[in-house]
Parts: sequence; C-alpha cells; structure tokens
Amino acid sequence: MATLKIENLQAKVAEDGGETILRGVDLEVASNDIHALMGPNGSGKSTLAKVIAGHPAYEVTGGSVTLELEGDEFDEEMPDDLREWDLLDLEPNERAALGIFLGFQYPAEIEGITMVNFLRTALNAKLEEREELFEEGEEEEEDDEDAGYETSPMEGPADEGEVGVAEFQEILQEKMEVLDMDEKFASRYLNAGFSGGEKKQNEVLQAAILEPEIAVLDEIDSGLDIDRLQDVSNGINALRDEQGTGILQITHYQRILDYVEPDYVHVMLDGKIAKSGGAELAEQLEDDGYDWVREEVYETA
Amino acid sequence: MSSEDLQETDTEARFEFKKEEKSAFKSEKGLTEETIRVISEDKDEPEWMLERRLRALDLFQEMPMPTDWPGQPDLSEIEIDEIVPYIRPDIETRGGVDDWEDLPEEIQDTFDKLGIPEAEKNALSGVGAQYESEIVYQNMKEQWEDKGVIFMDMDRAVQEHPDLVREHFMTSCVPPSDNKFAALHGAIWSGGSFVYVPENTTVEMPVQAYFRMNSEGMGQFEHTLIIAEDNSEVHYIEGCSAPKYSAFNLHSGGVEVFVGENAHVQYSTVQNWSRNTYNLNTKRAIVESDGTMEWVSGSMGSKATMLYPSTILKGPGATDNHITIAFAGEGQNIDTGAKVYHNAPNTQSTIESKSVAKDGGRTNYRGLVHIADGAENSSTAVECDALMFDNDSTSDTMPYMEIQESNVNVAHEATVGKIGDEDVFYLQSRGLDDDDAKQMIVNGFIEPITEELPIEYAVELNRLVELEMEGSLG
Repeated sequence: MATLKIENLQAKVAEDGGETILRGVDLEVASNDIHALMGPNGSGKSTLAKVIAGHPAYEVTGGSVTLELEGDEFDEEMPDDLREWDLLDLEPNERAALGIFLGFQYPAEIEGITMVNFLRTALNAKLEEREELFEEGEEEEEDDEDAGYETSPMEGPADEGEVGVAEFQEILQEKMEVLDMDEKFASRYLNAGFSGGEKKQNEVLQAAILEPEIAVLDEIDSGLDIDRLQDVSNGINALRDEQGTGILQITHYQRILDYVEPDYVHVMLDGKIAKSGGAELAEQLEDDGYDWVREEVYETA
Repeated sequence: MSSEDLQETDTEARFEFKKEEKSAFKSEKGLTEETIRVISEDKDEPEWMLERRLRALDLFQEMPMPTDWPGQPDLSEIEIDEIVPYIRPDIETRGGVDDWEDLPEEIQDTFDKLGIPEAEKNALSGVGAQYESEIVYQNMKEQWEDKGVIFMDMDRAVQEHPDLVREHFMTSCVPPSDNKFAALHGAIWSGGSFVYVPENTTVEMPVQAYFRMNSEGMGQFEHTLIIAEDNSEVHYIEGCSAPKYSAFNLHSGGVEVFVGENAHVQYSTVQNWSRNTYNLNTKRAIVESDGTMEWVSGSMGSKATMLYPSTILKGPGATDNHITIAFAGEGQNIDTGAKVYHNAPNTQSTIESKSVAKDGGRTNYRGLVHIADGAENSSTAVECDALMFDNDSTSDTMPYMEIQESNVNVAHEATVGKIGDEDVFYLQSRGLDDDDAKQMIVNGFIEPITEELPIEYAVELNRLVELEMEGSLG
C-alpha cells in the first residue's frame, strides 16, 4: 500500500530558457484507486508523467513528489525514514524499485533484447535495488554498531538474480494470458517492429510483472482497436484488482473509461489541475469539451 | 565449459595474470638476417622456408610504414628493433604435447585459467594452444584423425607435410608483398595451426586455437593455414589474450584459408589483447565454386588493431559472409573492416559490421567490395552500424565499392548513432540502473554477432563487453 503525493509541482524543460510546463500541480494517488487525468494537448499531462518517473529532459523548479509506503508487507512496523521517500532525490531506477511505473505513450524499441530476457532482468534489478534502498536506510540507523554487510543472503549469484529462468517463465505465461497475448511475444525483441497496439499491451504486461504501487499510464489507449482496447483494459483492471496498484491514467477519450472506470477524474489546464471530480466529469468533458472548464477556472481566478 | 561456469568465473582475473618468463630459447631483440637464420635453424627448417623468410625480410625493409590512411591508428610507437620476435617456451616436446598434464605447471595453469581444457572436453573437436612463439599443446579427437583430418602446429606441418605447405604457404593467398606487416610476418612467423580437411568430410564440432603472449615486449607471429577440400566443412575458432605491460607488444598473425568447391569454412575470432598490444593481422580466404567462407570477428582488446579479413570469390557461385564487431574504449583505436573480391559470376557477399566506441575510443570501419567485369549476377550487401556513448568518442565508416560489372545487385547501409537517451530512460524506468541500461542496449546491438557464435563463445563475448563497459579490462 502506498500513496503518491504531488504538491505544488513546477517543472520546466531542462535547458537554458526552457519553457515552463508544470505550474503548481497538486494531486494524490493511492493504491487501489483509479484516476483519470484529462486535458487538452499541451496542458502538461505527459510532462507530469515523465517528471514523476524522473525523465532527465525536465528540471523540477519547485514543489515535491513524495511516495508514502505503508508497512503491511514488512514484518515489523516500518521506521519513518523508510516510509516516506522524496522521489525527486532519486534516480529513475530507484523510483521504479520503490514502486513507480510509467507506461509510455511511445515506448522505446530495443533491438536484440528478447522480451523474456528484458522482463526478467528488469524484475531482478528492481528487487535488488529495492533491497539496497531499504538496507541503506537500516544501515544508517545501525551506523554505530556495525559497518553493514555487502550482500544479503537472500540474493542468489549476481548473474542469476532472485527470480530464476524457470520460475520467471511461469510468471510471464500467467500474466500474458490475462492480456490475451500470444506466447511468441516472449521471444520477440523488446517493442522492435511491434504494432502500436502490441506496444501498449506490452506496457501493461510490464506493469503486471513489476507489480508497481502506482502506475502512471500515458495515453495507453491511443491507437488501439476495440478488441485490443478491451484486452488492455482487462490488464489495467487486473493491476488494481489483483495487485492493488493505484492507477493514474492519462487519456483524451471517454472510450477507455467505459472499461476502466475511474474513481476520480482530473482536468489539467496550463500546467495545473484545474478541476477534479468523479466519473461523471469525464462524460461531461466528452460532450462539452474543455472550454467550459477554462471559463469556470478563469472566472473564479 | 558450461555457460554457468563461465558466468561464475571472474573473467578479469582470468586474463590479467602474468607468469614468470621461462624460455628454452629467446632471440635477441630486433630483426636482422642473423635473427632470421637463428630462428630457422632453431626450428630445423628446410632451406626453402629459410629462403622465403629472407625474401620477406627484404620486402619488409623496402616497404614504408602505412601512415596516410585517413583516421588510421598511430603506429609510430612500434619499433621493430625493440621487439623480441621469438621466444620458445621451455617444454621438451616440440610441436606440442597432447596431454595438458605434461605441460610445465605455470603454462598448464595459464590455459586452465583461460578455460581451454574444459572447453575442449565439452564442445571442441580439437585444440591447439600457443604460448609465446610456439604451440605447446595440440590434440584432436581420434575420430577426426581416422578420417584424415589434420590439425597440427604449423612448424610441424612444415616438416611433415612439406608439399601441401610449400604450395600454399604465403604464395597465392597472402604473399609477403601484400603489406608491410605481412612481410614482417613472413620473415619471423612462428607457431600457429595447420588444418587440412579431406574431401567430403564434415568436422562437426569446431577446432580451436588459443594464442597467449606472456612476456613483456615480445612479438607473436603465428601462421594459420586452413585447407578445406571439396565438399568439406570445418569451423575454426581462435582466441587470444595477453597480460598488460608497460612496454608495447606486437601481434602480427597471418591467416590463409583455401575453401574448395562446395566446401564451407567458418573462421571465428575473439580478440582480447591487452591495451599495450598492437594487433596488425592479415587474413585472407580464396573460395572455389559454390564454396562458402564465413568470417566472424570480435575485436575487444589491443591498443590498436588493423584487421580487414578478405575473401576472394574465385569460383562461380561462391559466397562470403563477414560479421565483425569492434569495441574501443579509452586510448583504443580499432580499425577493422572487410574486403571481398567478386571475381566470378553468381557470387554473393554480405558484410555486417557493428562497432561501439566510448570514453574517447575510436572505431573505424574500412571496407572494400570489388566486383570484377564479368562477375554477372553477383550481389553484395554491406551494413555497418556504429554506436557511440559520448561526444568524445569517434566512429568513422569508410566503405569503398569498386563495381566494374553492370549486372549486379549492390546494397549498402550505414548508421552512426549515439546511444539514445530515451532508450536509456525507458530501461531505467523499469528498474535498470544507468550502466545496466546501457549494457543491455549494447548487448542488443551486438546480438547478431553473438547468435552466430557457439554458446560458450557468445557468453564469453558478452562477459568481455561487460568488462569493457565497466572500464576494468586490461
């Protein structure tokens, strides 16, 4: 269980004179909740997704992004310094290890690396990094007593990783069935030559395998035909229902929200959350567009 | 050698060890007629071989050092007079023992650490191992010997198969006049392998030779001669390494391959010389009708490499495939490529080159495809891809095409790119750290090479690339 807290987040393109895109975003996403983030092109939705994940092309100029973990997966109660993580201080892979997942609008194509190899490597890297992050915290506490230990006895040989090949095959097969993905996917190169729809299915598959606390899905529904939209939606619902993942779904269309019903809907305008509401807000946007939101916001301002 | 064993071994420790130099015979530094005569006498060579050596020496002294190729490695540090060209290791059996146990402990230990005896047991038809200037171990499984396959050290072949050697040794394939280092090689060659595969014979598992330079400031000049008769098939693998010294070492090997009609030869190299080694080789194959030559080269180590395996497609329907990968880190200039001469109709060639440069390293692809007048219906496809890690590194592509026949099919593609920030971020967002993300992209980039190699070698190559990436090698 976890909560992603975004407070007054401001960010610009990371270059001299770079354009300011986020102008004070406030948003909270907790496990088990599905949020839809809507808004016109250029309002900052994708930038927000990338900044949460730590993309180097953006520079944060103010505000905070915090991940609060609840200790139910640990035996003893979690100490405070392991409960609250300032994500802006962490590398993208460290954020991933803590449970942040970014589903890309345009996933990278990596030639020569099979899906199964990539996914197992990523899962093991995540588990290993996670262990390191938590050990570091413990070591700081125990600093006076002991200099700490180098590797945990839980780790297998470095190259093998925590999850072995055979075990991983099982996990992969199971998750692929949920998404109605062909077995052949596993031996294809990562996104290389995938159709738009296959890439999106693959993003959801990765989330299913990495079991994040919070998944930010950037236009996961764009370019999908109706069958694949259903597969992808099933996958997203399974993330929440089976793993308790909190979802922040960025979309332009009501269409996917018929399948993945949001608990909350937010409208982003000019780098800020302009309006929040329930599922009915999305329907209203579908019918009336964004202009009325803009008018409402600027009238009150 | 299973892949698991390899993964558990510390590859760096396996290459970076030095043995105290113990030799039975060591020549003076430098290159004079006197040195050549002494080496030839120590080997008890026939007069014709001595004459070939002396002719090559004359050519070497006449020819200028190559200095004006665009972007070529700087060779000015190489002073032939500072090199010890010949060190005969201290073992009793010339031509190599056939039991590792019979080797002096330090030599046995060297090859153990390199994993050669293990590989021999599991995946090879035969093994030759050279230490300094001579083969110290040579063995082939009996079944191949029974079929008339010959795999022996080159020095012994001069004695035992003089007719075959005299006809093929540095005559039509790699004459000493080819280039200055081929001439040097012709003058002071020592050791290497002789492979003969009779007609209609397929050697199912690869044969491997491993070349190890142990002493500081030496030169290694092994000669490999492969004759594959009609309808035969063989895969030869060579590996090489040396510990690092402050003085430079020189490796200048010569490889000649004769591919008979409808025969198939694959020649695979994983080169991992230390960063003080100049690696300047001449490798060439002549392919008869419907024969196939395949060159697979991985160039990881060395300070500078100049290597352009070449194939002459002599008979109609002959085929050549080149796959080459080069990796240059700080202070390295890896200048590799391929040459193919289409001298007959219906000949085909493909060249696939991948190179990776980081930390200011330089890789060059330098290649030539020549299609002669009358080589109708021939086709060639050249693809060179270079990947750079940073703006300090350099990569150049120099593909030359000489097409004298109009009825041919020529395809050429080249890409030079920096490693993509978006690709790295994508992998990072999945949990891989910056280094592992780049490592994965490089592994994917060179995958077409690794899938061509026997599994043991693919694993080894990946381990070496990993070490290169960490910057911890040699």
